[in-house]
Amino acid sequence: MSAHISSVKTYFTVFLCLMAGTALTVWAAFHDFGALSNVVALGIAITKATLVILFFMHVRYSTRMTGLVVLSGALWLFFLFALTLADYLTRVFVPVQAAAGM
Amino acid sequence: MASTPETVAAAPAHGAEHPGLAHHFESYEQQRESASLGMWIFIAQEIMFFGGLFIAYAVYRHMYPDGFAAASAELDVKLGTFNTVVLIGSSLTMALAVRAAQLGRSKASAWFLIATMALGTTFLGVKGIEYHHKYVEHHIPGPSFQFTGEHHGQPVPANQARIFFGLYFGMTGLHALHMVIGLGLLLWLLYHTRKGRFTPDNYNYVEGVGLYWHFVDIVWIFLFPLLYLIGRH
Repeated sequence: MSAHISSVKTYFTVFLCLMAGTALTVWAAFHDFGALSNVVALGIAITKATLVILFFMHVRYSTRMTGLVVLSGALWLFFLFALTLADYLTRVFVPVQAAAGM
Repeated sequence: MASTPETVAAAPAHGAEHPGLAHHFESYEQQRESASLGMWIFIAQEIMFFGGLFIAYAVYRHMYPDGFAAASAELDVKLGTFNTVVLIGSSLTMALAVRAAQLGRSKASAWFLIATMALGTTFLGVKGIEYHHKYVEHHIPGPSFQFTGEHHGQPVPANQARIFFGLYFGMTGLHALHMVIGLGLLLWLLYHTRKGRFTPDNYNYVEGVGLYWHFVDIVWIFLFPLLYLIGRH
């Protein structure tokens, strides 16, 4: 069994989707989505990255072992963010009332 | 390679008949999958390497949202978008170089590698122009750092903008370093492609450098909106 060889058409289709994603993310940045701005920007970036990983990096046609390594890379990045932000995003600085007479 | 005549005779699948197959692999397929898996383990490590900078960015942006928005607005969206298109284009030519190598078309592969290098060099050139703008504007963190930007009509503390620019130069600088290394690897690939070293059975070095180049592209796909596009509305 030899490696899967993608067609030129597939590569150009993925490229055009990535261009559309780039245009969309620039357009979205100049419109106010309020609290959703970050979700929109990161959602587009994650979609673009997934396309690159699946097609340009051939993970769609790779072994499950390779897929496992890719997912574990994403999982540990998630751990890094989840554990760090669980601290910083929940820090509330409550003013402490000075004890009387001190 | 170093095998005696006896072992070659005992294992005809290796040695003289298959010069592109290392002796510790059963087949070209196993050799190819091992090479790709090893590259992916390296990339998983790279994700954590860049991840440290991304989490620093997230924490500081959470602390100083206005300072980050005002500093980000000083970057050039046109040049940033242009560079994003150039880099994604270089990923396309890289993917086509790998495809040509898979099909044994060395000449086409070499030209796609040259196109990838040209696009990569263009990206670095534009990055240099942007760095020079920042230098002229005193936006490089250091003794001469100055910042008088504002967000929604309110001036923001220069210290907050300095943290943004520190992360901007740290993240794009590390990314640019990866591109310089990538260009070196592409030059090396080009040399061996022109020597006809890669075959449809063994193009693993081309695939490996391709994976690395695409990873660097993915890092930029995240850097672009996070650095250039916050606080534009």
